[in-house]
Amino acid sequence: MRYHPFTLPFSIGLGFIMLYIIVMWTIWIVRLSRREQKIVWKRLFSFRTISAIWESIREGLLHRNIFKRNVLLGYMHMSLAFGWFMLIVLGNLEARLYPHGVINPPYYPIFFEFFRHDLTPLHEYEEIFTFLMDFFLLMVISGVSLAFFKRFRSRTLGMKRTTRHILIDRIAITALWFIFPLRLFAESVTAGLYNTGHFFTNFIGQWVIYNLPLDYLYYPAWWAYSIALGVFFITMPFSRYMHIPAEILLIFLRKYGVKEKESHSTFTKIELSACSRCGICIDACQLSTSLNISDTQPAYFIRDLRYSQPNERLRETCMMCMRCLEACPVGIEITRIRENERREHPLFSASSYGYINGYKYPKAKVAYFAGCMGHLTPSVIKSTLALFDAANVDYTFIDKNGSICCGRPLQMNGQVEAAKQLIDKNNHLIGESGAEVLVTSCPICAREFATSYHLAIPVLHHSQFLLELTQQKRLNFNQSGLKVTYHDPCELSRGLHITSEPRELLQHAVILSNGSKETESKSLCCGGSLGITNISMAERNKIATDTLNEIVAESSSYLATACPMCRKTFANAQDKIKVLDIAEILEKNLNFAPEKVSEKNQSPIKQQAVIS
Amino acid sequence: MIDFGFAPMEVSVHNMDTADLSLAHWINLHDETFNHCIACGSCAATCTAGQFTNFSFREVCHAIRRGEIKSAIDESEKCMLCGKCTLVCPRNVNTRNIIMLIRKANLTFRP
Repeated sequence: MRYHPFTLPFSIGLGFIMLYIIVMWTIWIVRLSRREQKIVWKRLFSFRTISAIWESIREGLLHRNIFKRNVLLGYMHMSLAFGWFMLIVLGNLEARLYPHGVINPPYYPIFFEFFRHDLTPLHEYEEIFTFLMDFFLLMVISGVSLAFFKRFRSRTLGMKRTTRHILIDRIAITALWFIFPLRLFAESVTAGLYNTGHFFTNFIGQWVIYNLPLDYLYYPAWWAYSIALGVFFITMPFSRYMHIPAEILLIFLRKYGVKEKESHSTFTKIELSACSRCGICIDACQLSTSLNISDTQPAYFIRDLRYSQPNERLRETCMMCMRCLEACPVGIEITRIRENERREHPLFSASSYGYINGYKYPKAKVAYFAGCMGHLTPSVIKSTLALFDAANVDYTFIDKNGSICCGRPLQMNGQVEAAKQLIDKNNHLIGESGAEVLVTSCPICAREFATSYHLAIPVLHHSQFLLELTQQKRLNFNQSGLKVTYHDPCELSRGLHITSEPRELLQHAVILSNGSKETESKSLCCGGSLGITNISMAERNKIATDTLNEIVAESSSYLATACPMCRKTFANAQDKIKVLDIAEILEKNLNFAPEKVSEKNQSPIKQQAVIS
Repeated sequence: MIDFGFAPMEVSVHNMDTADLSLAHWINLHDETFNHCIACGSCAATCTAGQFTNFSFREVCHAIRRGEIKSAIDESEKCMLCGKCTLVCPRNVNTRNIIMLIRKANLTFRP
């Protein structure tokens, strides 16, 4: 017997989902831009493919990224994905090793125990197959139990909040949860009747449910299993579970070098479908942890963007701090997508800043740019320049008489046309100043200069530049022995990946002590973010105090930061701990070696440079 | 007429009974900190855009309260959204949000 009508729901579902995946993959690949298709073809037969296959296994089946976050949560995802995958693979092997030949209808291996009760023709493989099938079924069942448990006590699995799902997701998740218990039931009934299982299904069939009317339950059990599979497959493309096929394609395309552009593209569509709404971004978001705003995180934003249009609140309620980007196990370019979505709502015209006329930056070799936020914290500028003086740097403070905003705040809020005017203006003026290196103490400006300006000269954050000077022994510091906690600004740590330089620099003058794991690429936002406009100052201060409570070690005398905006925000929010910029801390501990001082006083070259 | 290079000042009388306060009400509805402003001018003193042109957030707010919607909307475009004013405001007025609201109003309220 090779056919029974109960296989129909499964077969229809499988046929539908296969067709859907093939059609969607084709549409997505065909709609990629010419250039993207070209690089995909060029790199198809290269090492990148192998590494993409490995990443698919690692992330798609084993879920390593989630394991790193929480072992139990990782196990839950891994048992479902890897366990199910192994059941499919082993079921297929088993059915093909059976002496009746390797050609089978697709449903046949799935319902193998229904069709073959006598597994002895598998000879020596019988034992191992029945054991492994039971083992992986147990694994999947344990995963489903954890998933069910997570609905009630998600904290045990390391998640404070879970995603609130829409109807289609609820239907799909219910079908998915029913698949495995129903499979267990159908196989246990069969094992109870015909002894087809191993330690798990045989045990349940012959010891637990043996006094149920197994003869009568046999067909309904297999029907129910098949229907659950069918329902899951039919709902899959319209629910969160579309992430399974989409993520594989995403991993491959990403490896070939396809990425988000300046506006939504076909690649965005793939990324949107690859979001499983797992909700890891919700806990990562400080709007949720500090302010209880838990309905605007990427899981919801991406969902709404996939099905229709996110509303204004959803689009704008985000600090663009990139913590979700760092936490996302799929690696979706969330912040970029949100920025692109904001771009579709321009509020400033392309001629807003025509009034900046005839303004010039002075000629410079090493150009120091304080930026808007720098000007708001004159002590940072003073200390930075004092350090430059001490190291005999031939610098020019180019925006001493006023800086033009770098354009980053406008860009973060989607006002690209307006930002472009400022970028063009600044670009031109910096070019005219003849600078050979641009140093800024503002990470916001540094990020914008480095990513949007296409300057021909290197852009350094002052921590990088000061470290260079220290390494060249042009700056000496006294070790004060004070304990200091360093806070990583978002734009510096996640935006520019500068995390070691400020620490290395600070260690010359103070002892670093950290009270939290939320540092470096996982650092917490100060709350002053320029990427959000619709939260109040009280809410910003709440984020700032929460961040301080989390990161500041008990023994620290100061909080050091490398961003004038973070400094200001932290200082405004509380007076528990004094907040200083790294330049200020270093200036306090500056060691003027005697010969250095005299050298400094007899440096006519530098004096001239400043005057000219 | 002979051009003397100067002329009598334009009459600037605002009748608050007839002033169009729709924008003020609308902004208030979306961000009540608009009402907290004491017109101290700290925002204007730190303003990045204000270094290059005659732009002041305080004046924009003032114009809205007087019903001068058009001039407020036109002025608001000069803002660079840099956020210094938000950080210095002693009354915690959410200045950037108000500028964004005025820019949004540009699409709906423009007379």
